[in-house]
Amino acid sequence: MAEPVIELKNITKSFGPVDVLKGVDLKAYAGKVTALVGDNGAGKSTLIKGLSGVQPYDGGTVHFEGQEVNIHDPRQASALGIEVVYQDLALCENLDIVQNMFLGREETSNGTLSEPTMELEATQALQSLSVRTVKSVRQKVSSLSGGQRQTVAIARSVLRNAKLVILDEPTAALGVAQTEQVLNLVRRLADSGVAVIIISHNLVDVFKVCDDIAVLYLGRMVAQIETKKTNQTDVVGYITGTKTYEGSK
Amino acid sequence: MSKQETSQMSAPLPPQAIASGHEGNLRDQISAYGSRLKNGEMGALPAVGALAVLTGLFAALSPFFLTKLNIANLFVQAAELTTLAVALVFVILLAEIDLSAGVTAGVAMDIFYLTVKAGLPWQAAIVVALVFGAAVGALLGYFVAKIGVPSFVVTLSFFLAFQGLALVLLGDGGLFRVDIPEIKAIMNESLPTWGGWVLLVVMVGLSAGLGFWDRARRAKQGLVNRPISILAIKLATITILGGGTIFFLNLNRSQNALKPIEGVPIVIPFVLALLFVGNFFLDRTRFGRHLYAVGGNPEAARRAGIKVGAIRIAAFMITSTLAVVSGLFHVSRIGVVEASAGRSIVLSGVAAAVVGGVSLFGGRGKLIHAAIGAMVISMIDNGLGLLGLSAGISFLVTGSVLALAATIDALSRKRSGSSVLRS
Ligand SMILES: Nc1ncnc2c1ncn2[C@@H]1O[C@H](COP(=O)(O)OP(=O)(O)OP(=O)(O)O)[C@@H](O)[C@H]1O
Ligand SMILES: [Mg+2]
Repeated sequence: MAEPVIELKNITKSFGPVDVLKGVDLKAYAGKVTALVGDNGAGKSTLIKGLSGVQPYDGGTVHFEGQEVNIHDPRQASALGIEVVYQDLALCENLDIVQNMFLGREETSNGTLSEPTMELEATQALQSLSVRTVKSVRQKVSSLSGGQRQTVAIARSVLRNAKLVILDEPTAALGVAQTEQVLNLVRRLADSGVAVIIISHNLVDVFKVCDDIAVLYLGRMVAQIETKKTNQTDVVGYITGTKTYEGSK
Repeated sequence: MSKQETSQMSAPLPPQAIASGHEGNLRDQISAYGSRLKNGEMGALPAVGALAVLTGLFAALSPFFLTKLNIANLFVQAAELTTLAVALVFVILLAEIDLSAGVTAGVAMDIFYLTVKAGLPWQAAIVVALVFGAAVGALLGYFVAKIGVPSFVVTLSFFLAFQGLALVLLGDGGLFRVDIPEIKAIMNESLPTWGGWVLLVVMVGLSAGLGFWDRARRAKQGLVNRPISILAIKLATITILGGGTIFFLNLNRSQNALKPIEGVPIVIPFVLALLFVGNFFLDRTRFGRHLYAVGGNPEAARRAGIKVGAIRIAAFMITSTLAVVSGLFHVSRIGVVEASAGRSIVLSGVAAAVVGGVSLFGGRGKLIHAAIGAMVISMIDNGLGLLGLSAGISFLVTGSVLALAATIDALSRKRSGSSVLRS
């Protein structure tokens, strides 16, 4: 198999006496969607925060495209090409889609904003994901639905040429139709060659779009399996600890 | 649904054009504007409406209202308030407030007076006053951004402390004449009549230049432009309104046949330049974009790598510094520095910004809104004064207008928020 974009080995993280991650391994590949599942408190968010640089790990190694890296702040993560779409999205409602997509990285010439360039690139990023739900790139985010906002947040990572995009519960607050749209978007993002890690509690969604499923149970990675080699009942078993994964990696 | 079907759905679709809001003919553009209004993005429209109503009302009630002398007075009075309101917009955009802006200006002008008295040239004294303003702003910003004191409280404490400082600097009941012809001229003299026409040419020229430059840049990227008629309408509006006003101000408004008074008051080009430069920074630079972002969602701005604290400090510095400019205009108009300067005008400044359509919730509003709001408040003051009504009535009316404006602000915010649920 190809080299993973990101490979975590034996990651540990404690908060005082509480060991939250106890030697976790995880791989994510370009063009694949990897689900990160596990019960509440299993350590999913903690694992992600280490990758995004907001909360560095205590031990273990991180390889990014084969190189060992030590990520200890968010700027470093985004310089490598790691983008995290947080559950609360963090968009500015008073700004439009283009302005949000370029926030903090505005393009300028002679000190003034290059609005046409940014508008063009934002439109192209949305088109590359075949987004059809957005009417105008100059709409204010306050006028967008939850699914459209998620779309903007995901497209922002495309714009930044991310190699690894991590989505924390992207469909948690969405209805059926919008969930469908966002999942399609995630699929297209991966098809464009990006490695995607998606945290979700919804196994139906997971089985719909993910190529790989990684299961965290009490701070240990109890399974990382190809979706087509498993089924929902088994995965529920791994998540709740009533079943142990015996297969080879 | 199986995974198979999903990947089938995700097969690349032919790229489809996503609009940018620039499409369509004039009629489409007007209907798009209409639906933005319906969504609660009313901007300065209520204030412009108020201006029209007030003008009609006062013109009908007082024969003196539309006289040349009074209109010129109105512009001069509004210039001072406009500058303060424009100053305040920078912190209001961050959903903060600066109650001390007026007294900061007052103390800065006391310092200006003392510096001149100490023998320095007035130009140097202006620099000293502006630097004082910037320093006060930096201090306020530091308290708000780094220590986390709510701006209401820290600026209230400066509001109180600086009233004391003014008394200390000038002595109890202190009131001193400022006799510098150049300073006096700002509010009391006018441009030669040809100067007014130059001003018009510069205004129209800059608007046209920016308008065509924007269109050219969009065209270069292959993007659609709005119908050119929109730019034409905008330029025609500036030409007609500006030209009409300048023509009017260029007429002799003196009651003394031997001493004609004519021309655009010198302060007007200063205020217009301030509006133009400020607007340019807010709309066309990263700093402006980041200011709006911090006002809209500080956490999102922080995660986008924006230095939120630095933006806050900068905003307070701009507000205090520009407030000093309005203080200078005040001194120019009344010709004295006094210990009580700046106490009450700051509230009118906040009112002007809000009445003009700048949101107290942060992130929404433009400098021109503050200018229009300042015109509304000045007009109420001026008109009621002409009708012989007491200052008490003027406060009552201004207060009611502010309450109305704040209500519109809160409702339109609710409305644009709830559109998420509707769509
Ligand atoms: N900063 C912290 N200090 C102390 N304990 C923490 C901290 N962050 C997380 N934890 C603990 O680590 C454990 C794992 O938390 P984490 O947020 O990673 O779980 P999760 O898998 O994301 O759960 P959920 O599905 O509910 O989001 C929890 O028991 C939590 O209480
Ligand atoms: Mg979590």
